[in-house]
Amino acid sequence: MKQSITLGKVTKFMGLGFLSTFKDLFTGKLDKDDFKIFLRKVIVPIASILLFIGIWHLGAKALYNIEADFRINKALEEQGQVAADEMAACIAAGEVSCQPNTLPSPGKVWASFQSLLKDHALISADKAAFIEKTAALNETRVAKGQDPIVYTGRPSFVDQIFRSLKTVFAGFFLALLIAVPLGIFIGLSPTLKSAFNWFIQIFKPVSPVVWYLLVFMIVKTLLIDSSEDSSFTISFISVGLCSMWATLVNTAMGVSSVDKDYINVAKVLKLGNFQKVFKVVLPSSLPLIFTGLKITLSVAWMVLIAIELLAQSPGLGLFVWEEFQNGANDSNAKIIVAMFVIGIIGFLLDRLMLSIQNWVSFEKTDAI
Amino acid sequence: MAYLELKNIYKTYGTDENATEVLSNINLEIEEGEFVAIVGFTGSGKTTLVNLINGLLEPTKGEVLFKGKPVVGTSHERGVIFQNYSLLPWLTVGQNVFMAVKEAFPKKTKNELNAIVADYVDMVGLTPAINKRPKELSGGMRQRVSVARALSMKPEMIIMDEPLGALDALTRGTLQDEILNIWGKDKRTALLITNDVDEGIYMADRIIPLRPGPNATLGPEFKIDIERPRDKTEMNDNPNYKKTRNAIIEYLMDIGEERKSQASEEFVLPDVTPKDFVNQFK
Repeated sequence: MKQSITLGKVTKFMGLGFLSTFKDLFTGKLDKDDFKIFLRKVIVPIASILLFIGIWHLGAKALYNIEADFRINKALEEQGQVAADEMAACIAAGEVSCQPNTLPSPGKVWASFQSLLKDHALISADKAAFIEKTAALNETRVAKGQDPIVYTGRPSFVDQIFRSLKTVFAGFFLALLIAVPLGIFIGLSPTLKSAFNWFIQIFKPVSPVVWYLLVFMIVKTLLIDSSEDSSFTISFISVGLCSMWATLVNTAMGVSSVDKDYINVAKVLKLGNFQKVFKVVLPSSLPLIFTGLKITLSVAWMVLIAIELLAQSPGLGLFVWEEFQNGANDSNAKIIVAMFVIGIIGFLLDRLMLSIQNWVSFEKTDAI
Repeated sequence: MAYLELKNIYKTYGTDENATEVLSNINLEIEEGEFVAIVGFTGSGKTTLVNLINGLLEPTKGEVLFKGKPVVGTSHERGVIFQNYSLLPWLTVGQNVFMAVKEAFPKKTKNELNAIVADYVDMVGLTPAINKRPKELSGGMRQRVSVARALSMKPEMIIMDEPLGALDALTRGTLQDEILNIWGKDKRTALLITNDVDEGIYMADRIIPLRPGPNATLGPEFKIDIERPRDKTEMNDNPNYKKTRNAIIEYLMDIGEERKSQASEEFVLPDVTPKDFVNQFK
């Protein structure tokens, strides 16, 4: 019997079950019992979001007032009444030169978000124009064996998001390629386990910053002849090394703690070693391996910001740092925009892993 | 020479001071085509005995001989039906059986293997569920898959470790009949480990009680002289059945009594008097 794929199944599978309740509201399928669930799953989250924005707004306003009062008083003490009045008028008029620098309100953050998108549209147009302009020239350059001219303008916010995602996924796959096979070997062999145990215990708690420095030392020397920018290489390797530990430990644990019944089955059926690992040990440890990979991906995304900042790799981390250094009028708002973008992408990555996990593993995991 | 022979088997777990001898001086002979049941209390070392015979464990002392050769490791000649089914949860019914068949007959083509799988799944009546995973099946159905998996390898001897222990009485009955049917078809040698005397009497040619461990040994054997095929309702009126059943139960009860009287440790109950809550609040 073929099972039909419905919106409900897909959303539940991806841990986004609340979406289907939302759909039921508009299609009128909601009855009295469902209404309670609807309240809990849709109304309550929306209410809490609104409450959060409200508190944020009030808090930002209070902070704004503290900062404004401080500026007016300072002007009064240092330059007298006239200067204080000028300052008050300046702040009230919302002029750029005298804006209090504090936690931005939700409205400002939203405005910054839109300005970042506008900025992206501008830069994209610029880039497209550049590519068009240089197309003919590049063709002749390539024909002559020279490097084509590439766009070296400032990256937009969206470009930086994609750069960060690229770094995280490169790091994640590096972690996967190292940690899963190594974890399997460690889990299978007690000898290897004792050989690697000190290594894991010592390097697991090392901070992302130190990993970055370590990778920097090595990569810098290895790429000493290369004139290319090594910031991407350094940052993705650091992200991978920082985040691989959860997968390594979970894989080793999963592999070494396979249910004894399954091992007995493998013995009674006389499976070869290769068969035993791929048909019995790995499938039964998949749930744990995926738990590890999920943690790895979220750790990778978390340490990315710090590492991009250090490595000067033009992603979200560098964006946050540059905005902070920049100190422009809307810098704080842009930092908060980046914060939300980072958070939302982190959430989506987690759901992505959950979907893959439910896809390949025999135990279904519910979203948290 | 017996088909399966256990000679002076001892099995000890742990070493030195921590050592516990689970089985001592086990001697057993099973002839080809025979159906033998070993009946014992829980925790008497039944599973250890099974694992010695199927090759998952090695005896500390003594020898297990199968067709005159010592047992080293597991073998496809001895099929095992485990107590807890031990199906791989990520494979479907068909895949679970297929895995066994493929190992047992590595030279056959995929189509031949699939035909064998279909045969055995059909034999246990699970063809409609062949693409389901163990999680979607009831306990009885899971045990059937386990039976199909063990038999599909065409073992010469079937070893069953409390195969029906976790099932309800009705499912138990039908599965007993199914196993007997299959056994009767090509008269393979069978060893059944159980804690149910009636099950043993209904199914086996001989019943051997296992005296409880530690230091478990086999008791005297009881022959079951009831013609096959046996009928459960008729059997109740069979004088032979009653006699054997009473003898075995008496024997097992005696062991139980013995074990109790051996327990010299006396438990002193603490001297507690309930607090007088009612008067306290007056």
